[in-house]
Amino acid sequence: MRSDGSQSAPIGLKIAAACGLLFLHLPILLIFVYAFTTEEKSFVWPPPGLTTQWFAVTWNRPDVWQALSLSVRVAAISTAIALILGTLCSAAVSRTRFFGRETISLLVILPIALPGIITGIALRSAFSLADIPFSFWTIVLGHATFCVVVVYNNAVARFRRTSGSMIEASMDLGADGFQTFRHVVLPNIATALLAGGMLAFALSFDEVIVTTFTAGQQQTLPIWMLEELIRPRQRPVTNVVAMVVMLVTLLPILAAYYLTRDGDQIAGSGK
Amino acid sequence: MTSAVSFQKASRHFGSVRAVDAVDLDIVPGEFFAMLGPSGSGKTTCLRLIAGFEQPTSGSISIFGERAEGVPPYRRNVNTVFQDYALFPHLNVLDNVAYGLMVKGVGKAQRHKAAEEALSLVRLPGYGARRPGQLSGGQRQRVALARALVNQPKVLLLDEPLGALDLKLRENMQEELKSLQKALGITFVFVTHDQGEALSMADRVAVFNDGKIMQVGTPEDIYQRPKTRFVADFVGSSNVLPPDFVQRYSGQHRWGSLRPESIRVGRAAKGVASGEGVSARLVSTNYLGATTKLALDADGLRLHAIVPAGTALPTEGEAVVLTFNREHLHLMDEPA
Repeated sequence: MRSDGSQSAPIGLKIAAACGLLFLHLPILLIFVYAFTTEEKSFVWPPPGLTTQWFAVTWNRPDVWQALSLSVRVAAISTAIALILGTLCSAAVSRTRFFGRETISLLVILPIALPGIITGIALRSAFSLADIPFSFWTIVLGHATFCVVVVYNNAVARFRRTSGSMIEASMDLGADGFQTFRHVVLPNIATALLAGGMLAFALSFDEVIVTTFTAGQQQTLPIWMLEELIRPRQRPVTNVVAMVVMLVTLLPILAAYYLTRDGDQIAGSGK
Repeated sequence: MTSAVSFQKASRHFGSVRAVDAVDLDIVPGEFFAMLGPSGSGKTTCLRLIAGFEQPTSGSISIFGERAEGVPPYRRNVNTVFQDYALFPHLNVLDNVAYGLMVKGVGKAQRHKAAEEALSLVRLPGYGARRPGQLSGGQRQRVALARALVNQPKVLLLDEPLGALDLKLRENMQEELKSLQKALGITFVFVTHDQGEALSMADRVAVFNDGKIMQVGTPEDIYQRPKTRFVADFVGSSNVLPPDFVQRYSGQHRWGSLRPESIRVGRAAKGVASGEGVSARLVSTNYLGATTKLALDADGLRLHAIVPAGTALPTEGEAVVLTFNREHLHLMDEPA
């Protein structure tokens, strides 16, 4: 058996793989290092000295907290909207056949295929046409357009693997629509929704392009970071924020990975 | 007596497809009723009409005297064993079986006790903690059966439940289902495309074709006295004889059927008296274990005969003479 991993890979391949991984992750490591540098106007290598003062500075800057809280709220609400709409839409598309089903499926997926700048311009002109002032909710709407897609795609894939007769079986055994959803549908798509929801949250959290078109005066975290890089003061603050955000998001991503890893046992094994 | 299930001119059309077309049917309480037919003949749609997954386009359906149109599946005292079993993969076996009681609000201890009893009934005691994914096909089938029976349905619907099992297991399950039905006294409605299964298990059989019922009767009726060419051909692949052929032997110009096991095959050389036998040529022999199936060509008419194993057989291509008892020649209602 050649593919069971008992044989060692040639040395050249090993080096190539190591280089690839380094190329992907070394820049991230640099962000960590610069969070501790004593030089605040530009990033110089090697750092002239190491300090932890930037953590305290960051903690006391209200603009950091404002941006962070806005980003978290936008991402949470966009994800919640996406979870509801995406699940409903995927259920409709995968469980029934109706005229225009393929078109609807395509139209739902389109926002993620479109360049963000087009979505952004389209939304901006639509908002000004409808005389909607830019606010927290316009950002949420902009983000929801692509968050729905992510949830929809995950849920549709799961629905496809879930036997349709399971829902009929539940009804047959006396469960009405709501009970069937709660006891059969939801447990079977829960991990798909979790994965889709986390991805949606992450997409919303670091969205820049659509946000610049749909935000008013508020700054989400990524936009705050962009602004910060242009200004030559307290530069390592950006790095501290980046590092903390990365470490904090790593935990739920790992959790989602472990939760969905054995998802194959959940759906489709009843066949 | 009220019928367990009654169809009055019930139809289910999908666009221009008449899946079930003006079917009249009465199923007697407590009987084992089989719906037999090729795929696409409407038998499964009939079952779904009883379960409530489909609504009739026209006509009416009643279950124990109550009109069923517009009543959703969850308000019918009818349960289904699905073809793919449709067990819930996220629940263990015990919770699968107890599901129907759970959604009705029966307390945990009580429903688990009932589920255990249902599992013993299908001879799977102690399997409650397993997941459906850990069971074999035959065991899943039993769980699906227990899950339906625990609700004490008035009618149990079975949609080709044995289709996915291997031969040995299928035969065991056939016997078991039959004795279970006798013991419980519940009306079973069983859908199958396997005529052997329908004949061996059912009290009565309905033969479906093109959305219509061709014939309803006891297995013996269906097998010995088919009314139409379709029934004769589909149930046990009887020899269908054209009116001209039948007239020579019975004097009546009607379609006839002759079971393959009713034909005796003799060598032409033995010289059977003229007029009595049918001269034919042996095309091929097909060894089936206990019997051998012979394909014969009688002047362009293709016939099959089944003879017990061990019979001295003519060689392929040889001329033979076929004989049969006149009373075995069955005349069908179908107009010539």
